[in-house]
Amino acid sequence: MDVNIELATWSNLLIYSAMAVYAIAFIAYAFDLFGGRTLNSAAGGRKATAAVAASAGGGRVRRTARTSSSVAVLDPETATGPAADAGSGGGSGAAGDAAEAGSGGAVTSARTRSRRLARVGTALTALALLLHVAAIVTRTLSVMRVPWGNMMEYALTASALAGIVYLVVLKFRDVRYLGTFVAGAILITLGLCITVFYTPAAQLIPALQSYWIYIHVPIAILSTALLSISAALAVFQIVKAATEARATPRWLRFMERVPASGNIEQVSYRIAAVGFVTWTFTLIAGAVWAEVAWGRYWGWDTKEIWTFVVWVVYAAYLHARATRGWGPTKVAVLNLIGFASVVFNFSIVNVYFNGLHSYSGL
Amino acid sequence: MTKNPTQQKPGSTAQKGAAGAKTTGTPAVKAAPANIGFLGMLRWAWRQLTTMRVALILLLILALAAIPGSLLPQRIQDPIRVSTFIEENGAWGEFLDRVQLFDVYSSIWFSSVYILLMISLVGCVLPRTNQHWKAMRQDPPRAPRRLSRMPGYQTFRLAVDPDAGTDRPSATAAAGGSGAADSAAGGPGDSAAAGQSLLGRAQQRLKKQGYRTVRLDDHIAAERGYLRETGNLVFHASLLLLVVTMAVGSLFGYSGQRVLVEGDTFTNSLVSYDSFEPGTYFDASRLDDFRLRLNSFESTFDDQATGSQFGQPRSFEADITEFHEGRETRHLLEVNQPIRVGGTGVYLTGNGYAPVFTTRDSQGTVTFSGPVVFIPQPEASGYGSRGVVKVPDAEPDQLGFVGFLLPTAGLNDNGELISRFAELRNPYVVMNVYRGDLGLDDGIPQSVYELEADDMVQVTDASGSPVTLEMAPGETVELPDGLGSITLEGVDRFVALDIRHNPTQGLMLVLSIFLLIGLGLSLFVPRRRMWVRVTDREVEVAALARGEDPRSEHAAKDLALELQD
Ligand code: HEM
Repeated sequence: MDVNIELATWSNLLIYSAMAVYAIAFIAYAFDLFGGRTLNSAAGGRKATAAVAASAGGGRVRRTARTSSSVAVLDPETATGPAADAGSGGGSGAAGDAAEAGSGGAVTSARTRSRRLARVGTALTALALLLHVAAIVTRTLSVMRVPWGNMMEYALTASALAGIVYLVVLKFRDVRYLGTFVAGAILITLGLCITVFYTPAAQLIPALQSYWIYIHVPIAILSTALLSISAALAVFQIVKAATEARATPRWLRFMERVPASGNIEQVSYRIAAVGFVTWTFTLIAGAVWAEVAWGRYWGWDTKEIWTFVVWVVYAAYLHARATRGWGPTKVAVLNLIGFASVVFNFSIVNVYFNGLHSYSGL
Repeated sequence: MTKNPTQQKPGSTAQKGAAGAKTTGTPAVKAAPANIGFLGMLRWAWRQLTTMRVALILLLILALAAIPGSLLPQRIQDPIRVSTFIEENGAWGEFLDRVQLFDVYSSIWFSSVYILLMISLVGCVLPRTNQHWKAMRQDPPRAPRRLSRMPGYQTFRLAVDPDAGTDRPSATAAAGGSGAADSAAGGPGDSAAAGQSLLGRAQQRLKKQGYRTVRLDDHIAAERGYLRETGNLVFHASLLLLVVTMAVGSLFGYSGQRVLVEGDTFTNSLVSYDSFEPGTYFDASRLDDFRLRLNSFESTFDDQATGSQFGQPRSFEADITEFHEGRETRHLLEVNQPIRVGGTGVYLTGNGYAPVFTTRDSQGTVTFSGPVVFIPQPEASGYGSRGVVKVPDAEPDQLGFVGFLLPTAGLNDNGELISRFAELRNPYVVMNVYRGDLGLDDGIPQSVYELEADDMVQVTDASGSPVTLEMAPGETVELPDGLGSITLEGVDRFVALDIRHNPTQGLMLVLSIFLLIGLGLSLFVPRRRMWVRVTDREVEVAALARGEDPRSEHAAKDLALELQD
């Protein structure tokens, strides 16, 4: 049961280092999102930029993509009517880049500073992810098998993937307002990995020795990562919708810099749709594996029950979106219920329920 | 949009706003109108059932209804735990049983939710299939009068002389064409010809991009993404068939369990099973005819890892010979490597130790000899296993032994005897002895793993305290009161096999694959209508997303740009 202890130790050290970098990224992002001074200028930002736009006389003044509504107002190309509101992904991303290049009007200084913090956050998140992935690689090398044989390894890989999904989404949309939550959530997950979920490096139990572990589990992990990002967006969507409906309370002022709830909803939905397909695949692959391992493809084991519950809730989410009388906020709540079931399925079911899937290693 | 097909006529949605817009209207579920009679009531109920709103509510109820099965023990998993649970909880347990909370997935309430959902699904899929079938054979719908209402809308001036590059309007003229100079026009004939040629080019382009197109007098109507709806219907139909197929499989299949000790042979016939659960229409004469012999079983456990991983199993390997149709085949049966004989699967689901005992009476005559299966106890460490030896031939009384096997015996911090490791490194058996009537002649079936001690008394030593026998392999212990002796000869291995046949599981897999493909198409194929219209000197390009389609506005823009080249 060959375990390279030295590499396993390195892996743990890398986890700690990744945590340190995530923590700094978290702080940078948090200052970017909630930062005191920038907040004030941002609150007045819209009027000011509108004035700039007017004085520029139709020139192409682009503001940051933070307030995509202001992009829509100011960018003559997208200001063609309802289309601008729907906000195409490419457009706002490009606008964000333009803003970073420092084009623009009178109120830039504070804003640029805040964006710089966001960029620092993103760079640090990428760096932390490198360490994080290195931790996974060394862990894998220490046992020479897939890095998802128990709860700790699953959470370790899932959180790295969530980070990667975040960075990928970032390529298409400026969702850096999520950064605080992504870095924070990964930080907490890694903290759990190295403490309560901690499982020493070792080989797999016979029930997991199957090539299905290369198929079923990574897709499950990917689903978890996708659905988590979608859920984080859903939270923003709900809060944003609330601030759009009535006057924004002081402590929610930062929400003014987040895109319109409709835009967030679209991104959240698209990620959830991909996540639902991968979850469906997970469920089917799991059933096939169950047949190979236990002789029946479905037996209402606790893990199977919860996987089913998650699937049905997300199916309901997708339906609700196309059903009359279900407003976007209500639909987003279903998304959150779905993700809560995912988390429940992973944590509580693994640790407290006994079933055939007792691989937590705890 | 295909949304709410029962409430919207096809085509009536063309004027709807941007993708993802929702019609907020009257709620779909209304109280039934009065005075519609019984048939009217039925029709009303059917219409309600097949709305998406009701389907959605049923889905949510289904998710909720599935949960109790994970909180309470279920008979399909562990009937013994259910009976203990009911005993321990008295009236409350019985109440839960009465409302079928220990059989959630076959309960009336759970079944009615998913059956309603299936009915709703049929009522939804059939009319949509019909509609879609028609739509696929019809031309794309004509352009609405006011294309400028479409979310993706572009317009530019028609360049009359195709060679007059300088007259070409710039791309930024998209919104209203303010930047474009009026082209110096030729006669009306020229412009008509230019218009027609532009429409021709537009049609070509759209066709190449996979649109179905139709040329009308002043415009091209095009639509793409029929696969989206096809995929959606395939998805829903597969889901429906999946549930039906699952039910059929459980009616005709069977599953059985058998424990085999090294050297034993299993013959696939009803009498050889330790337990057997046939489906309602299972036919015993169709059991595949084969035999299996367990030659040996080996396991390894981790003795190097630290913490919680110490002592975890690392391999279970059963060496099995299969006898089928006159041939002998050797198999290595492992947890994820079942043996398949005909349509029957043989799965390794458990294993443990079977100590071999010999008992003798006071004259030295052998009254029992052979391996006895000891079941590993989940609460005991290191494969600590419990088993029962029944000796009906013992004299003067029948004897029963309740024993505990410790594969690697040791003392824990409290000085208690426990097993430290699952491999046989220091095996030790501890037993209590009972004498009296084993109750085997009553004709009531007994578990071989339990002693029915009602008519038996525990054997005590001279001081009156219960006798505890302790033995290592090879050792013999004399029993008091002339009851003879017992010898632990050695320890064999056993495996627990599940033997199953499910005639529909191949079909289930095929349907699942269809379901997945259908789902992917239904979610990711953009469905979109496009129109290109030429009126006088103006060209209009419009796109309408039908359902989720992030790129429809880009598509209109791209086409407009291409047509200007
Ligand atoms: C077990 C029950 C059901 C499940 C699991 C299920 C699942 C799904 C899924 C995953 C989608 C794709 C989501 C999308 O395209 O946005 C979908 C779409 C759809 N389903 Fe179902 N469905 C079920 C029952 C029904 C029923 C009973 C109806 C009819 C009343 C229905 C009508 C539709 C429609 C119209 C769409 C297309 C929605 C759209 O255009 O966005 N479904 N369903």
